[in-house]
Order: sequence, then C-alpha cells, then structure tokens
Amino acid sequence: MKHPFWQAVGILALAFVVIEWGIPLLPGSALVPASVVLQYMVTVLAGVLIYVSDDEARWRRFREPIQAALVQPRLKPVRLGGLVVVPLVVGWIAYGQVRSAVQAPPNLRSIHPAPPAEITFRGKSMTLSGLDNPLRQHADSLPVYIAAGKRIYYQNCLPCHGDRLDGLGHFAPGFNPLPANFQDNGTIAQLTESFVFWRVAKGGPGLPREGTPWNSAMPKWEDFLTEREIWEVVLFLYDQTGWKPRTWERTAGGTR
Amino acid sequence: MSDVLLALQAAADTTRAYGEFPVIGARGAVWVAAEVHLMFAAFVLGVPLFAVVAEAIGVVGKDQRYDRLAKEFTRLLLVAYSATAIWGAVLTFLLSTLYPRFWAYLTAVFGPSMWAYVGLFFFESFTLYLYYYGWERWHQGRSKVVHLGLGVLLNVWGTIVMLIANSWLTYMMTPPRDITPTTDPASIKLWHAIANATWMPINIHRLIANVVFGGAIVGAYASYRFLAAKTEEERAHYDWMGYVGNFIAISALIVLPFAGYWLGREIYQYDQSMGITMMGGFMSWLWVIQAFLIAVLFLAGNYYLWIGMGRIPGAERFRPYTKYLLMVLVLGAIVWGTPHTMIADARELAAMGGSHHPLLGALGVMSAKNSAVNLMILTTFLSFLMYRRANTRPVVPWARTGTWIQAGMFGVAALVVLYFGIKGYFVEAIVRIGYSVYQVGAVLACIVFVTTIDILMGRGAQSLGAIRWGKMPARSQYALFVLAVTFTWLMGLMGFARSGIRQHWHVWQLVQDTSKYAATPALGYAAKMISACVLIFLTLVAFVFWLGGLAEKSTFVPSSEKREKEGARVGH
Repeated sequence: MKHPFWQAVGILALAFVVIEWGIPLLPGSALVPASVVLQYMVTVLAGVLIYVSDDEARWRRFREPIQAALVQPRLKPVRLGGLVVVPLVVGWIAYGQVRSAVQAPPNLRSIHPAPPAEITFRGKSMTLSGLDNPLRQHADSLPVYIAAGKRIYYQNCLPCHGDRLDGLGHFAPGFNPLPANFQDNGTIAQLTESFVFWRVAKGGPGLPREGTPWNSAMPKWEDFLTEREIWEVVLFLYDQTGWKPRTWERTAGGTR
Repeated sequence: MSDVLLALQAAADTTRAYGEFPVIGARGAVWVAAEVHLMFAAFVLGVPLFAVVAEAIGVVGKDQRYDRLAKEFTRLLLVAYSATAIWGAVLTFLLSTLYPRFWAYLTAVFGPSMWAYVGLFFFESFTLYLYYYGWERWHQGRSKVVHLGLGVLLNVWGTIVMLIANSWLTYMMTPPRDITPTTDPASIKLWHAIANATWMPINIHRLIANVVFGGAIVGAYASYRFLAAKTEEERAHYDWMGYVGNFIAISALIVLPFAGYWLGREIYQYDQSMGITMMGGFMSWLWVIQAFLIAVLFLAGNYYLWIGMGRIPGAERFRPYTKYLLMVLVLGAIVWGTPHTMIADARELAAMGGSHHPLLGALGVMSAKNSAVNLMILTTFLSFLMYRRANTRPVVPWARTGTWIQAGMFGVAALVVLYFGIKGYFVEAIVRIGYSVYQVGAVLACIVFVTTIDILMGRGAQSLGAIRWGKMPARSQYALFVLAVTFTWLMGLMGFARSGIRQHWHVWQLVQDTSKYAATPALGYAAKMISACVLIFLTLVAFVFWLGGLAEKSTFVPSSEKREKEGARVGH
C-alpha cells in the first residue's frame, strides 16, 4: 500500500465501508441515507485527489498504473475488463436513478416553519415574540401543571408521538413524515415555548403559506384544548425530555 | 363573501402594479439583472481596493512589479465600469416597468439618495479615468503620491456608492419598526430609512467580500495568462500575480464568516421568524450548499499553497505535515456539510425514526459546524504560515522557543474551539449562541499573536533560496479558476438567501408582493438561475480580459525587450 494509486483506492474503499456499514453499527445509530453517503464520498474523493496530486512525484506515480493499463500490451485484459465494467457500472447507476419505484420520492421537509409574530387564539390576540410560558411564574405549582400536562399528553398526543415522546406512537408508521421526535436535539430543544405553543395550537392547518406544500397531520388543538392546557402539555414535554426551552434574548430595548 | 372581497382587494392591489416579461417572467428578468449588476459592482469595488493596495506596496517597497500589477488591473476596470453601469441601467428600467408600484414606493423613500448615487458614480468614473490615464504622467516623486491619493479617492467614492445602494436593499429586509404599511413613504426621514438594522452589517460584510472577490478574479486572470504564457519569464510573472491574488482572497475570506455571523445575528434580532426561515426553515438547505462550497474554497486554496511549496527551496521540511492538514480539512468539510434534516426516502426515514439521523444528526447543529469551520480556518492559517516560512530559517536566538509558543497557541485555540463546541451540546440555545464568540475570539487571537511572533522571528532570517516563480504545474492554475467560479456562485447563492427570506414581501411587512411570483422558488429553479447569472457574468468577464489583452500589451515586459529599450535610450 505504499503506492499512491493503491493508497487512494484503499482510502476510498475504507471510507465507503465506514460510512455505509460502520456508522450504522455504532450504538444508537441507524443507516446513513444514500444522499449523505454520496455527499461524504464526494468529499473524501476530493481529499484523495488533492493528496495524490499536491506533490509532483506522487502525482506522477499515481498516474503510472492508469497509463500502463491504457497502453501496455500485457495489460490488455485489464483494459478490456475496464471497457466492460465501467459502462456496466454507469448503466446500473443510471438504471437505479430512472427506474420507477413504489415509494414516495425523497422529501425536502423544513422542520422549523417560521412563526408569525402574533396569533389569534380563540379570538384572543397573542404576541409570540418574547412570550414565555405563563405557568412558569408559579414555581410552587409546577408539579401540578406538569402532572396535568402528562394526563393531557397521554389522552391526546400518545398515539402519534409515542410513550417515549420519540415520535414512534402506534399510529406513527401510517405517517410520512413521522410525527416529531421530542427526544431529538433538533426539535423542542431548539425552540422557545411560545413556538411549541403555536405549533400545538394551530397544528398542520395553521402552518404558514411560505414553504408550502406542508406535510403535517397534526390537528389544530385550539379546537379541543384550552390555552392553559396547551401550556401545561408544553411544560410536560420539556420536563419529560429534560430539554431546556430556548429563552429570549433580553436587551436594553426590550425582549428579542 | 369575505373571500370574494379579499379576492377583489387582491385584484385591485395587483392591477397596474406589475408588468410582464417574456419567457423567464418579471421576477427572472429582475433576478438576472440585479445579480449580474451586483457581480460587476463587486468587481469594480474589489479590484480598485486591490489595485491601490498593490500600488502602495510598490511605492513603499520600491518594487515595480506591484505597480505594474496595479495598472494592469485598473485597465480592466475601464471596461468593467461600463458593464456595471449598463447592467445598473437594465435593472432600473426593468424595475420601473415590471414593478412600477414597488419602485414608486422605493423612490418616494430614497429619492434624494438616488440623485447622490448618480452624482457619486459620475465622480467615481472620472476619478478612475484620471487614475488610469495619469499613471505614466504621475509616476515619480510627489506626483506619485498624488496618484496614489487618486486611487484612494476612487475607493472612497466607490465605497459610498455601495453604502447608498446597501441602504435600499437593507431597508427592504429590515425597515425601522416604527414604519407601518400606512406610513406615507414621502414622510419617512431619509437617514432613518438608511440607518436600518442590517445596513452596517451588510456594509462590512460586502466590503470584505469585495476584497475576497477582487483577489479571486485577479487570481483567475493571472491563471489564464499563466496558461497562455509563451515564455518562462512571462509564466513567472503571472505565477507571482496568481499567488498575490490568492493570498489576498484567502486572507480576507478568513475574516468573512465573522462578518456574516454578525449579519445573521442582526437578522435574528430584528425578526425571529425571518431568522428561523433563513437558518432553520425552508432556506436552511442553502446553508448546507454554502458549507459545501466554502469547503471547496478552503480545499482549493490550501491545495494551491501546497503545490506552490514545490517551487520553494526548503519547503520539503513541511511536506510531511500537509497530509494531516488535509485530513482536518476533509473531516471539517464532512462535519460542516452534514445536513440536520436529511434527504431520505421513506425506508431511510423509517430506519432513522424521522428526518434527523440519531447519530449524525449531532453534526448537523451549530455547535459542530462552528467547531468545524473554526478548525478549518486554523488549518488554513497554518498552511499559510508554513508557506511563508518555507524558504527561510530564523536566526534569532529565541527561534526555537518562539516556534514552541506558536505551536502552543495553535493548540490552545484548537482546544478552546473543541471545548466550547462540545459544551454547546449540554447548554440551552441562548448560552450556546454566546459560545461561538469565544471560539471566534480564540481563533482570531491565535492568528494575530502567531503572525506577530512570526514577523519578529523572521527578522534577518537566513534565506534557503529564492522562490522559483513559474515552476508550477498547470493543475495548480485550475485551482485558481475553481476559487473564482466558486466565489461567484456563492455570491449568487447567498444573494438569493438574503433576498429570499423576505418571502412574499417587497419590503418586509410593509409592501406585499401580490404578483404571481410571490412564491419562493424551489431550490432547483434557484440553482439554475444562479448558474445562469454566474455564466453570464464570467462570460462577460472573459470578454473583458480578452479586451484587456487586445487594447494594450500585457504590463509584463520581457527582460530582453527591456534591455533593447534601455539600449535604445542610451543610444539616443
């Protein structure tokens, strides 16, 4: 493996094995989507090409086997093999790209829709910017609110968002995309409580017109829950997952 | 009934507010005109900055090469100015015919500043003519200083022109909060509209970006001339020019993310929903593409330096280390480019339990990305340092200690970046945002102190031989092309991001876009539009380069020709 050509082949093969099969084997991991495998491999390929060509001597040695395979009479079988294998691989990839499949195409879903500055909840106007969970003002009663939130969650949210709040409720397999996973560091951990309140209250029908088409089966919970009940369930989500809600930046000019 | 009334209101709002443009539509036409105009504007603002600095280096260092370099670029500016003005006129006419109501609003707010803009453009053009045509006349003694002053003045006019135009577009994004849809535009105080929340961040960001862009275009020009060179001497000249262009582009690029961060922060602070749309919403994919492109810049910039070491005697001492730098850059690019919300089919989504990967998803958040980019910046700086030191050996008695201190500073900066990167996962978002300031601070401090030590240590250093300019393989020059094309594409991409976050508003929450183009375009469409703009711009720039060669000979003068001329002068 001292020859740069075989080093390059070895690095690429190793990278593919690690990304395709190594990462999914790690504890708590899952398979890597094909789009990400491609992205990683392109990056590694760029790195390998830089490595073999940033030094004149190494670059010359790297090209030697390629040139030899193209011109040396003794390597005719390799040449012919290449002429057969390369078009076959390209054809196979092209076939894979164009063949029709019975599954939905990949979805570029945006996870965080932009919240409006203000909403109307059951006829009452609410400013979301700078809004904190009002129940947090009563620190002594928090256990009671959280217990109420837990009851509300199990009565209403469990079928989709699951017993472990991981988006894997028993209805979940029927949805694409899956219901939000609150245990993930990219959902409620990144958001203010007022954002979560807005999403629960307005659900799929209340998503903004920007970024459409949306794919959400979330009901509009303001039709079924009171304002306080929604705040209670928001408290429960943060308490149960251990995430801290995003807080507002306090400035001299007010809250942002 | 209310729906009917709303439809009637929308129809009334839209009547005579918009024009139509064939084939690509009104929005497409304005998009192309605005973007190509902006690219030329960046060219004619970035290159004079480059030219005047090069001229000053030539004067102070008494090195004629820099003076010739500055003149060669100023010559290209003459044509580029015309192209900028033409595209500016195209944009103005398209706006006034395709978006007349919005244009009327903007002129009502900014009218006087538009007159000033035209006046300054006039001054700028004539200063440029004096600067270029007076080059040979004012080339010695005090008159050279006056000439240099003209170059500075040219940049002053250009910068003010940019500041004025920036106020218009930043007002469209972040108009002052006390202005409402019912405010009479003529009653808005001009300065109040100009000094809006994102005006200064955009000014700084664009000023630095123009330097980067100017350097990259200079590099591309030099690489074109290098590849077309007929003699070794000519090749050496353009190799050197390419190096200078790349050095300036990458040096300014290192500080550009910090200015961008400030701009992003101001957008968040002005309106959280705009910030979420930009970074976490449907515009978030642009940042993954941006990360990928900036990784290309870092890789190409470092690649150029490493190949360049082949022509520096003494650089072989540092060769064994470049592969480790490459590993850091590749790993950094992988982390930086990892999307949080992944493109996946139904099977993959089910296996991951959502669109976030349970393990790799951790690389998709800001803690990981900030750490990756800061380490990539440190790595690139280390490449520069090795390149700079390659053909010298420090002779000061404390050289060994100094090198260890420098290494220690790199180590401390990398540890600070990693510490806050990891800690960022365990604190709430508001605290995490503050960590990026510490990471950036550590990297900047390292750059400043290590450079200071290096300059002091380099005093009287023993030379290991002169750089063999021109002894570069052709592939190194393609790296310079890649840099210029990638910078241009990035400008188009981020221009779309900045403009697109206004969504269906001409002026955010003041003047609504009620045209049929109010929807935000899909990524594929946007990518095609950006590519078209880049292609138009680069084709025109190639034409400008060609014209530059056609109008006059290159400023490179072969030494044999110089000797002949000198001989002729002596003879007379």
